[in-house]
Formats: sequence, structure tokens, C-alpha cells
Amino acid sequence: MWTFRLFPEAASTGAREVDLLYFALIAISAFFMVVVFGPLIFFAIKYRRRSKADRTNPPHGSFALEMTWTAIPLFISFGLFTWGAMAYFDIERAPKNALRIDVVGKQWMWKLQHAEGKREIDELHVPVGQTVLLTMTSQDVIHSFYVPAFRVKQDVLPGRYTTEWFKPTRTGEYHLFCAEFCGTEHSGMIGRVVVMEPNAYEQWLTTGDVALPSVAAGQRLFTQLGCSGCHGDSSKIPAPRLEGIFGKPVPLNGGATTIADEKYIRDSILMPGAQIAAGYENLMPTFKDRITEEELMQVITYIRSLSETNTPAR
Amino acid sequence: MKLQPQSYLAEHTVRSWLLTHDHKRIGILYLLTIIVFFAIASVAAALMRIELVTPQGDLVTSETYNKLFTIHGVLMVWFFLIPSIPAVLGNFILPMMLGARDVAFPRLNLLSWYIFIAGGVLALWSLIHGGVDTGWTFYTPYSSTYSNSHVISMAAGVFVAGFSSIITGMNFMVTVHKMRAPGLRWFRLPLLVWSLYATSLIMVLATPVLAITLALMSVERVWGVGIFDPKIGGDPVLFQHLFWFYSHPAVYIMILPGMGVVSELITCFSRRRIFGYGYVAAASMAIAVLGFVVWGHHMFVAGQSVYSGMMFSILSYMVSIPSAIKVFNWTATLHKGSISFATPMLYALGFIGLFTIGGLTGLFLAALAVDVHVTDTYFVVAHFHYIMVGGMVMAFMGGLHYWWPKITGRMYPEFAGKLAAMITFIGFNLTFFPQFILGYLGMPRRYHAYPPEFQFFHILSTAGASILGVGYLLPFLYFLWSLKWGRVASGNPWEATGLEWQTPSPPPTHNFEKTPVVTREPYAYDAVTGKEEPQEGLMQQTSAV
Repeated sequence: MWTFRLFPEAASTGAREVDLLYFALIAISAFFMVVVFGPLIFFAIKYRRRSKADRTNPPHGSFALEMTWTAIPLFISFGLFTWGAMAYFDIERAPKNALRIDVVGKQWMWKLQHAEGKREIDELHVPVGQTVLLTMTSQDVIHSFYVPAFRVKQDVLPGRYTTEWFKPTRTGEYHLFCAEFCGTEHSGMIGRVVVMEPNAYEQWLTTGDVALPSVAAGQRLFTQLGCSGCHGDSSKIPAPRLEGIFGKPVPLNGGATTIADEKYIRDSILMPGAQIAAGYENLMPTFKDRITEEELMQVITYIRSLSETNTPAR
Repeated sequence: MKLQPQSYLAEHTVRSWLLTHDHKRIGILYLLTIIVFFAIASVAAALMRIELVTPQGDLVTSETYNKLFTIHGVLMVWFFLIPSIPAVLGNFILPMMLGARDVAFPRLNLLSWYIFIAGGVLALWSLIHGGVDTGWTFYTPYSSTYSNSHVISMAAGVFVAGFSSIITGMNFMVTVHKMRAPGLRWFRLPLLVWSLYATSLIMVLATPVLAITLALMSVERVWGVGIFDPKIGGDPVLFQHLFWFYSHPAVYIMILPGMGVVSELITCFSRRRIFGYGYVAAASMAIAVLGFVVWGHHMFVAGQSVYSGMMFSILSYMVSIPSAIKVFNWTATLHKGSISFATPMLYALGFIGLFTIGGLTGLFLAALAVDVHVTDTYFVVAHFHYIMVGGMVMAFMGGLHYWWPKITGRMYPEFAGKLAAMITFIGFNLTFFPQFILGYLGMPRRYHAYPPEFQFFHILSTAGASILGVGYLLPFLYFLWSLKWGRVASGNPWEATGLEWQTPSPPPTHNFEKTPVVTREPYAYDAVTGKEEPQEGLMQQTSAV
């Protein structure tokens, strides 16, 4: 009647690492349950009120015992911490050379944009064996992008970008859930991740809702919105050049320094006066109501591409 | 029933209850109040469990479902668990355990109940006018900008009720410092007093942060001041930091008093001194202090830095150690005891079992990489119910049975008591253990509808919840029954050593005819005879009645 499982499918490289730690935790829990419940049940039977067990000279404490049952759990805890932290580091550290996909969450759907231009809603198609890096933001409340089969979850926040990566190891269809309560239809904000053979994926990319590739779309916006008039090659207005800045430190007016990451570029577009690059005046207007979340991500992708190679296209 | 003329229950007028300064009566006022909130929140839980029998959302709408889990969370946390042991049993027992006539500030004590009622009325007002759908966590910007429900009145209710916690905490701290009977040195205090002291510390220090957080959220919602919503220049994660800075310590408000009660029960029913008194007492204080520095473990996937995640992970492992120390000491206390399995003891043993499982699954959640997968799933739901319901509610029920003869002067029916304790234990495990499996399978929490593959475990869970419901209903009925037909209790039916047992049941208004003098450590039981240890070369303690 029901598909019965005790453990979820594992369909990514990271899933095995998490499962291994999970099984270790189950083993450690089993050990402590034996250590606690064993004596508990034994004493409860042996020293029940009517038994004739020897009760003379009961101990009221033992320094050695207290130290033992402090030190052993502490020692095991440090081991678990180290293991969990190392695996967490792998989960959080986005690898290079990944397939980039932009994600925008909104009440109550996921909008996804592949770098090649393909767009989809509540579905994510990815090739097997390829590292995928999601750059995510929300246009309203907090959501969370959760794929149980990959053991990954990351909150998707309005006003900033978070990332999530995975490397699928098996083709198939897997659940995609929103894991952070986001309002009325929260439990309807679900979808599926489809892991395909690489050549099937290539073919899929060219069918259906295909728009411009992200870099080209970003470049077009860069011109349309007038960014290139000041930040472009032929500009006479004193505006910082954007080639090569992505991911690098930017000195700011007032002496501070910030890293030119996605959030800095986003904030500079929406709130240009907040953090001004050193040596420049605040001449830039805000683009706050003139650009959507998806377009912002495309512009950022374009600016990032200016720092990646000399040929800004994949 | 026939009461001694000086009994605290002797006067019957409504006025004598509503204007009482007697800590015992105030404890009972709190008990009656939280029963109402527990009942409402339980109905919400029951509706959710029935809805979840089928994968489709077919019993209630999504909007209603979201309001149900919100009302369940808000009422259970702030209007039942937090006041449960401190404000009910603590109010009743603490002054008597100290050999005092009352708490340090009896009028403030009554005020705290009225404030609690005011907060509760606001929360109910919000509920009657349509409820709130933000979850008990009130996460921004959903709560401050997007939700169309009655967020402000509910937040105001919680805000106001918080002050009753603060007053109770402060009152208890001053009482413990200033009103101990002659000879009752700090290291002669019963462990419940230590744990209530640690709890009070958290109430006084953490609750104001909750008040500030909810006030800021309301300011953003009402006046559009950008604090948490990035659209108007705020930071949504800031809310989570502030909220958990209170709410994680609040988890310890919801478990420390339970630990204290269990120390009382284990010693009395195994006729044994507590093993490692100093370590158990110090562990309460360690939990209270460490509990303030682990809030970030609720936010491992919320977008905080990897390094703060690592700090919060290691600190969370540290806070598990004092809890482990307590469990080991309770187990060692049974060694060479003379153990009887009266109802309170069954609850205490159940507490140890469920709390241990709750604590061990906490290790899973503190392990960063595993938390990424299981946070915001049913694994977390199961974990905290093991602590709060398996831990705190079991301890509360155990304590209520234990002190019932002291409170009412009547015994509850023992067989029914044991039956209820066992039904509760079985029902609880059947409700919440399947949720660990569901969580690791990937079932997110707060889902009104879900993929059909999760149905099997949801059905188990709902079946368990119906058994659990019987486990709670039964004591409610026989406690009522016992008020009229229960066997009349003596002053000390358990032959326990605490000062609260050296006065008649129910106690006189001023607790003790003559201030008791304490000459030795608590729990001076002798397991060989099953009686209290004989006092050497000492004037006999007269309980002058």
C-alpha cells in the first residue's frame, strides 16, 4: 500500500558523507542508551523494594566516576563536532567550475534560470556527474531550497544571495521542498529535481522556454538601463570600471574596504549611495523600481563574467 | 472535605482566591489557567494530527492549518510549558522547601498571575478574531510585512505574559537568597530549588530580549520602520539572532525545572541520597549559563557564516555535557536504593528514558552536516517534543502526582495513576519516534499536505497521539475524582524528607507553625530501613501540629 523506507535515497556525492555521519551518530546513541538504560533497568530490578539485595554502605558520590562520565562524552563530542564541521565545510564551500543556475524564490514558486538561457519553474533539470552551483535569492519572504536526496538545504533570503551546490550521482527524479515556512501555500511550494544523462541534458537545454544566455541577457540590460553610459569603455563620467573587480576587495570612501561580491553589486545598483568606491562621487541614480530580481541576477552574472576571462561568455 | 481551620484551602469565597497573597493559592490559580491553555493547544494539535492522516490537505484549509500549528506552538510554549513547573509547582513548593512562610514578594506574585491572564486574554483575542499564521517563531519579514493575520495582538500577548515570567523569576531568586530557614545552607538545598534558581536566572535575563524583539517586529509591521525587512533596509536574519537569543535559553526554562522535580522523585522513591549532589546542582547552573551562547545552532542554514556555525556547534556539544552528568547521577542514585514504582516514580523513570533520547538526538542536530539535512524537518519536531513533552510534561505530571496529596490533602487513585503514566509513555513514543524517521526521509515541518510516501509514518504518529490524549485525559478525570473521593492524605504520605512534608496536608496558610531548623543535607533516606536516616544527637524536629 505504501512505499516503505527507513532511509532516503542518496543521489549526490555529499549525501554519502552525511549518511556516514548519521550512522555513526546512531551507533553512538545506541552505545549511550545501553550505558544509561542498562544499569537503570538492572538497578530497578535488583533494588526493587521487596528484594533482599545488599544495601549497606551506599556511595553518595564518586569523583572518579563523575570525571569519567564527563570526560568520555566530552571526548566523543569533540570527535562528532570535528567530523560534522569538516563535512559542513564541504557543503558550504562552493566548488569552482560548476554549472551555474540562478534561483529566485517567491510565494509560492521556484523560478530557475540556466546560464545557457533555459528557464523553468518548480523543476530543475541537471546532468548527472556534473557539479551544480545554485545562486539563490528571494523576492519576498525567506524560503529554503531543500533536496533531501542530495542532503542539502539552504535558506533563500530576500536582499542577499546564498549558494548551494551538489554533484548528482544517479539519474532520476527527486523531491524539491521549500523548508522554511513562507506563508499560506508553503506546503505547495514543492517541485522536482530531474537528474539526466549529460547528452539528454544538452538536448533538453535547447528545447522549450529558451531565452538569451544569462551573460548576454545581463549585457543587454547593462546597455538598456544605461549602465554602460558611465561604466562603459567610452564613458567621460567618472565611474569605476567593472572589469576584473568581481570577488576582489574594493576600497571605499571613508577608508573601509569591502569585497565586490554579488551582494555588493546588488546594493550598489539599488542603493548606490550606501557604499561608494574610494575616489568617486555619488552620481549614480537608484534602480530600485526599475529592475526585477531575475534581471539583477543577470546583470550581476554579466559583471562577474567581466572578471572571469577576457571573453565574457561561456 | 474536612479541613483544619488554619488550612490554606479553608476560606471559600471568590474574593479570597482572587485577592490572595498566598503562594499556594497563586500556584493553584496558575494551574487552572494553564490547564485551559493546554486544552486549547491540544485541540489544535489533535486537528493537525487528524489532517495529516492523509497526504492531501482535506480536513482544513492551508490557512487554517498554519494557524493551528501557530496557536499550538504559542500557547504550549508561553502559556503552558514556561509557567508549568515554575509557576505552578514552583510557587506551591519552593517557599515550603525553604521553610518560608511565602515568597519574598507575595503581592508581586499575585500581580504576575494577573499579568499572565492579561497576556493570555490578548492571545485568545487574537485567536478568536481569526488567529495568526506565522508559526510560534514569528520569523520576519513574513510576520512583519507579509502575513495578513492578527500578528500584533498575539505578539502583544506573548510580550505581556513575558513580564509575569520576569516577576516570578525575580521573586524566586530573592526568596532563595533571603528566606531560607535557619541551617538551610546553599548546599543543603533540595535540587529542585537549585534548578528553579537557575531557571529564574534565565527568565530574568532572557525574557527582556524577547520583549524587545517582538516590539521591534511590531514597530516594523505597524509603522514600516525598516529593521528586519530588506525591502526597507532591514536584515531578516537579525530577527532570528534576537529571537533565539531568548528562545534557546527558554528551552532550558522548559527543561531545568523538570530535571529538578526528577531529582526529588528519584531520591524519594529509591530511598536514597542523590548521587553526586554537588555535580547535579552545578550542572543546573552550567546549563543556565551555557544555554545563553548556543542560539546560533538554530541558524546553520540561515545564512550565517561558516565559522560562527562552527562555534555554535562546539558550544552546543558543550551544553550537552551537564545534561549527561545529571542522567548518569540519577542512574547511579538507583544503585543500592530501595525502589518502589509509585506513579511519580514511573513518570520520573519515563522522563529519564525520553529525555535521554531527546538529548542524544540533539547530538545529531549539533553535528553541522547532519543538521543541514534535518533542520526544518520532522526530525527537529520529534527532537524538541522529546525534550519538552517527553521531558518537561512527564516531570510536571510526576511532580503533580507527588505533591497532589500536599496540595489537596487527598491521594489520587494509585492504579489509575500507574495506568495513565504507562499509557502516556507508550502513546508518546508512538507519536514522536516515527517523526525522527520522517525527518531523515526529508519530510519538512509545517506542511499541510505532503507526498504520499510519508503517509505510513504519519498514520503511526496520529495513532500514537490518540493514545497520548487518553494518557492526559485520564489524570484530569481522576484528579477531579480524588478531590471528593480520594483517600485522605497524611502530612507525609511518601515518608519524604523535604521540609514541605513536615507540615500537614493541606498546609496551613503560613505553612509552618514554627520555623523549621535544618541540620543536614537533603535526601537523608536510609535504603536499608526505607525510612529517614536517624538524626544523631539532635533535638527532635517538631512539626508542631
